[in-house]
Amino acid sequence: MTDLFTHLEWLVRAPGDFDQRLKAIAHSDTGTGAAFRALANHALDANQLTKLAKGIAKARAAGKSLEPLVPFKLAILSNGTIDFIVPALVAGAARHGILLDVVQPAFDQVAQEALTPDSAVNRSNSDAVLLALDYRALPIKSVPGDADASAAAIDGAIGYFQTLCDGIKRNSKATCIVQTLAAPVERLFGGLDRAVPGTLLNIVDGINRELVAYVAASGGILFDVAGLAETVGLADWHDSQLWNLGKFAFSDEYLPLYADHVARILAAIRGKSRRVLILDLDNTVWGGVIGDDGLEGIKIAQGDASGEAHLAVQRLALSLRQRGVVLAVSSKNTDEIARRPFLDHPEMLLKLDHIAVFQANWNDKATNIQAIATELSLGLDAMVFLDDNPVERGLIRSLLPQVAVPELPEEPAFYARTLAAAGYFEAVTFAAEDLKRAGFYQDNAKRANLQKQLGGVDAYLASLDMTITFQPFDATGRARIAQLINKSNQYNLTTRRYTESEVGALERDPAVVSLQVRLTDAFGDNGMISVVICRRTDPETWDVDTWLMSCRVLGRKVENMVLRELRRQARLAGVNVLTGSYLPTERNKLVVDHYSKLGFSQVGEASPDGATRWRQPVDSPEPETPPMKVVLVGLSN
Amino acid sequence: MDESAIYSRLTDIMRDVFDDESIVATPQLTAKQVDGWDSLTHIRFLLTVEKAFALKFSTPEIAKLQSVGDLADLLRARAA
Repeated sequence: MTDLFTHLEWLVRAPGDFDQRLKAIAHSDTGTGAAFRALANHALDANQLTKLAKGIAKARAAGKSLEPLVPFKLAILSNGTIDFIVPALVAGAARHGILLDVVQPAFDQVAQEALTPDSAVNRSNSDAVLLALDYRALPIKSVPGDADASAAAIDGAIGYFQTLCDGIKRNSKATCIVQTLAAPVERLFGGLDRAVPGTLLNIVDGINRELVAYVAASGGILFDVAGLAETVGLADWHDSQLWNLGKFAFSDEYLPLYADHVARILAAIRGKSRRVLILDLDNTVWGGVIGDDGLEGIKIAQGDASGEAHLAVQRLALSLRQRGVVLAVSSKNTDEIARRPFLDHPEMLLKLDHIAVFQANWNDKATNIQAIATELSLGLDAMVFLDDNPVERGLIRSLLPQVAVPELPEEPAFYARTLAAAGYFEAVTFAAEDLKRAGFYQDNAKRANLQKQLGGVDAYLASLDMTITFQPFDATGRARIAQLINKSNQYNLTTRRYTESEVGALERDPAVVSLQVRLTDAFGDNGMISVVICRRTDPETWDVDTWLMSCRVLGRKVENMVLRELRRQARLAGVNVLTGSYLPTERNKLVVDHYSKLGFSQVGEASPDGATRWRQPVDSPEPETPPMKVVLVGLSN
Repeated sequence: MDESAIYSRLTDIMRDVFDDESIVATPQLTAKQVDGWDSLTHIRFLLTVEKAFALKFSTPEIAKLQSVGDLADLLRARAA
């Protein structure tokens, strides 16, 4: 099963004509970014990753547009050799939609780079710094049985990490991504090593435990290399010969895996993690074909080997739903027959209540997946499609390349593991609201139904019994605010991304007016659904730096309520004019008319890239607002 | 595996690793004559050879290699 991780088996095998395809991209002038991403989306070996990275570097040097890849600058501080890692990271990042720029200081300059204000890393204006440290190059020694020396070693190491992160924070705007330490393979006593204070294993365990807590508390991002190494096996992970030859921290076999894991984290920071799992039913959610085998014939029972394999898929889907991933079904079946196991089979873990959109019909699956995306108001690039049938997988990959479609092994027992290993739903923060998110989308489906019944939008809005809450940014909301800022793509006027620590700084900035907006309605609590950041550009003007909203609450005129509140606060502060910009991206066409709909007037012409400027005096007529109760928290009336 | 087959495999691998379609593996060829063949790509090259020939070199074996000829000899000896 280690092949799953060495060969990234959830990805399609690298094409035989990889080199020719790479050349073809080099010779074409359009669609370069998308073509690199498509080629990167295969299980490439270390040499192929390196070639792809070279191709990307050449295209950049030639000044070609690499859109839709999103730029990210990562500095790496390591006490090992990262020369092989860098190109693998660039190619791995392209797989996840990121155009990666790596800042690589000289070998083993970790402390100098972090602590010197004008070091190459600190001057690089990186988005993040990866602290990739190996226990073999840290000043830790085995002190078996000496509890005090052991505790001092752990404290010393944590102090070192803290000093590095503080230095980076003080001297740059970068977020720290901190790796845990892969544990040593060689034991001293044997099984006792974990228990005896001062053995290397015991010290590394202690460092990792405290590191995890420190990173969480300091607003950094954790990269659990220790967990990765355990997953593939420590003895395979650590290659002593490679460490001796060139200080390579892990076996070359795992370069593609390591690169993919870093890329997932960067993609998650950029709000590119997936949000929806679309399940096929026959031979995926259960064994057999419901239309042929019937309720008694399909395999989902405990005690039956195939049944348990499919139950494991259901269990994973259910756990993902609990952490906020939305579930949908796409099955070629008669609707009534496909629903029967959900309703009547006692061993089914998944119930109809867990499925936000249920598409069982005889249309092709591309049409169905498109329909699911539309119904959920989410992009195709938020979707993962799990299907045992290679023909269906191939169809979706060719018609809807934005959808992630994992390869699956012959053996159903490994379906769940393969899906989990692919890491489509990587998260760098976890807020309490995530727990409710799958429910939100589902409630939305119910709301849409109610809308159909009522016919009129206004009557519908009135029937929703909505309460909107306005509050400036604060520490409690910070994680969710940062998450919205980094994830919202569609209803987002400027798509400016801020890290959690930058959001924290905004709370204290006297020139900044911020709003976190929550909405409850007859169906439940939608949680935080909108974020606004205004900057006072002169004594009379507030400029909207960021205005975003969750698409869950589209069509509720929440934006009108937000504008009314901004105008109210502006008048209280003696501000006369609100200004704002629309900065177009591939994904925010939804809000191209946001300001004109809200009664702003355009200032000047659109710039060549389509960006527009808008203004509104705060004594102009009030925007039309829906029936909604307003609650102010931490704001004067 | 005969000598010409070994050199032909090595040619393919070198073209792949050093990203240069004009390289031909010959007994006299050394790192100095190939663009981008430094101490790090040397390791990348040996790792790729190990994988292609399904064997592992020891650190002393690696230390003795001076030319592509040495590598081919080693591969032949190990295959025997």
